[in-house]
Amino acid sequence: MLRSASLPRRRSLLGASISVLAAAFALAFAAPASADITVGVTVSATGPAASLGIPEKNTIALLPPTIAGQKVNYIVLDDASDTTTAVKNARKLVAESKVDLIIGSTTTPNSLAMIDVAAETETPMIAMAAAARIVEPMDDKRFWVFKTAQNDAQMVTAIIENMSSANVHTVAYIGFADAYGEGWWNEFSKIAEVRKIRIVGNERYNRTDTSVTGQVLKVLAAKPDAILIGAAGTPAALPQKSLREKGFKGLIYQSSGVANMDFLRVCGKDCEGTLLPSGPILVAAQLPDTAQNKKMALEYITRYETIHGKGNASTFGGHAWDAGQLLIAAAPAALKKAQPGTREFRRALRDALEGTKNLTVSHGVISMSAQDHLGFDQRARVMVRIHDGAWQLVR
Amino acid sequence: MDLQIALLLGQDGITNGAIYALLSLALVLVFTVTRVIFIPQGEFVAFGALTLASLQAGKLPGTLWLLIALAIAAAAVDIVCALRDGQAQRIPKVLAVNCALPAALAALLSIVPAASLPLALQVVLTLALVVPLGPLLYRLVFQPIAEASVLVLLIVSVSVHVTLSGLALYFFGAEGSRTPAFTDATFEIGDALIQGQTLLVVCASFTLIAALYFFFERTLWGKALRATAMNRTGARLMGISATSAGKLSFSLAALIGAFSGVLISPITTIYYDSGFLIGLKGFVGAIFGGMASYPLAAAGAILVGLLESYSSFWASAYKEVIVFTLIIPVLVWRSLTTRHTEEEE
Repeated sequence: MLRSASLPRRRSLLGASISVLAAAFALAFAAPASADITVGVTVSATGPAASLGIPEKNTIALLPPTIAGQKVNYIVLDDASDTTTAVKNARKLVAESKVDLIIGSTTTPNSLAMIDVAAETETPMIAMAAAARIVEPMDDKRFWVFKTAQNDAQMVTAIIENMSSANVHTVAYIGFADAYGEGWWNEFSKIAEVRKIRIVGNERYNRTDTSVTGQVLKVLAAKPDAILIGAAGTPAALPQKSLREKGFKGLIYQSSGVANMDFLRVCGKDCEGTLLPSGPILVAAQLPDTAQNKKMALEYITRYETIHGKGNASTFGGHAWDAGQLLIAAAPAALKKAQPGTREFRRALRDALEGTKNLTVSHGVISMSAQDHLGFDQRARVMVRIHDGAWQLVR
Repeated sequence: MDLQIALLLGQDGITNGAIYALLSLALVLVFTVTRVIFIPQGEFVAFGALTLASLQAGKLPGTLWLLIALAIAAAAVDIVCALRDGQAQRIPKVLAVNCALPAALAALLSIVPAASLPLALQVVLTLALVVPLGPLLYRLVFQPIAEASVLVLLIVSVSVHVTLSGLALYFFGAEGSRTPAFTDATFEIGDALIQGQTLLVVCASFTLIAALYFFFERTLWGKALRATAMNRTGARLMGISATSAGKLSFSLAALIGAFSGVLISPITTIYYDSGFLIGLKGFVGAIFGGMASYPLAAAGAILVGLLESYSSFWASAYKEVIVFTLIIPVLVWRSLTTRHTEEEE
């Protein structure tokens, strides 16, 4: 009896002390000192897109702690490559942390889903994913959305130009059975048709598949001049290795999503001669000195690699760096108009972002307009060939 | 589709099917002995492959830290139990059983550069690192709830899966690894070119299956496991400890998983989360055998491999859909043909 009587009391005491503690914490941390700029970041640091999200997360830590004399707080959340979590993160950042800017997310589906949150809460957002749909066509919602990753279409055009000059007439496509593979397929099939390149195969596989023999045999039966693989990271090595193993001698093109050292490590000698489009960061040291973004790209790489080891900087982290550069350029103008943490500041920041002109970032040069919230031109992509297990700029 | 393509696809399907078959056997084994539907089975595949890859890359695999942590935790739990029973004299033995192997491995790895060892020794080292995780997980996670319902065990098993795959991401990173082939030999049979590695996978799988058969039919331990699977209480009355049976079945499951990982890592790239899908396909095979019959489970797993291979040729985008839809007719067939027995809960 004694035991059962004392138990509830002890529980309520525990409950009370927890709520007191919680209240104390809330008082201490809920309201950041006024006038600090708060940046909310959501990246896919775990899950299928982790190889893209991790360098982005690491890069946020390199961004400056103060801009124009104002302290900047970065709050980084992981959305586990999951769309629902990305939206939840965005809502949490806006509602609880009162962020002035959202940076994120890593993947296209996540970024698309977050647009509603950005528009509804009137918070500017900078996405780091590739699909053009994130900022096009411009409407009332995308009014608040910017992005720093080159459009798929820009990358695809580079591939197709290269194919035309190499006299490729027939192409087969092997891609991921997900939004990434579908996105590349849509852009590629559209532009290839215009440029009179015939597509003779279209196959899909999953990121975690242990074999693509079926797809490869089917594609080879159509005897294409070249094959484009629409996959990201090391999983893109599997079809390439199978193609070489089955004796394919033609050209193999990869998408820009493979541009990291792990891909070279896993693919090994089977990737010799592979062509891919990429942001110029990948071959920053080989860029001609006249390239406007060479210095910025090298600066980013040096800073990233001092902390995370040589050869570890990737184009994906570059998108996060560029998002930071946009903020650095836009914040001073917005600070003149309003105090951070207010609706007015967010609007002023958005206007300043849209007004970005001729800003040199690691991936190229950004000139935004009311219709173009990406602002990259042809300078933001190069063709790269894999040669002796390293990236080589195709001139 | 000509004959050559059909042959190549068949070869590919059997190779993958052989791996699925191994995993389905492990799943059936664990389920019949402990009633755990062992979702983390696939994680052992990933841990095996990635541990080998990091040994070859000259890195210290994170598996070692996990092993040490689990061993210390298990030793602590055992010591508490021993003290509670007033048997402090058991403590040295508990420490020796739990911590000797991890300590030896840690010492070995800190002295010997694993990257320069011959492949066979690297494989042995990998198995020594990964296999003890099985019994340790059983000791820490499943032994305390051994009498719980199948549903509770399943939920716990899912949480172990999520934990292990999270740890694998932390240990090995998001990108995958491939290990060099055991053999570069190729054989030409008619039109088809057969890779030595493929042959090795199939042979090794069937050898392991034969060894398991021998183990269950001819050895005392194997018979004890079978007895526990048939009737836990009955086996206990005959002096077979349910705990050691559980530990043994988990050790075998871990061995099969890690070995499968070592076998397939030269053929394909393995990621920290690859194991789940591979394990799930083994599970489809195990469903074929009603989670009880070994030969049916193995046959089902080979069928899954073949189906996967041919459907990736005909309808690559729907491959997984086709493979997993297969469960439905199988379940219908099983529920119509087998007599339903109420589970004794």
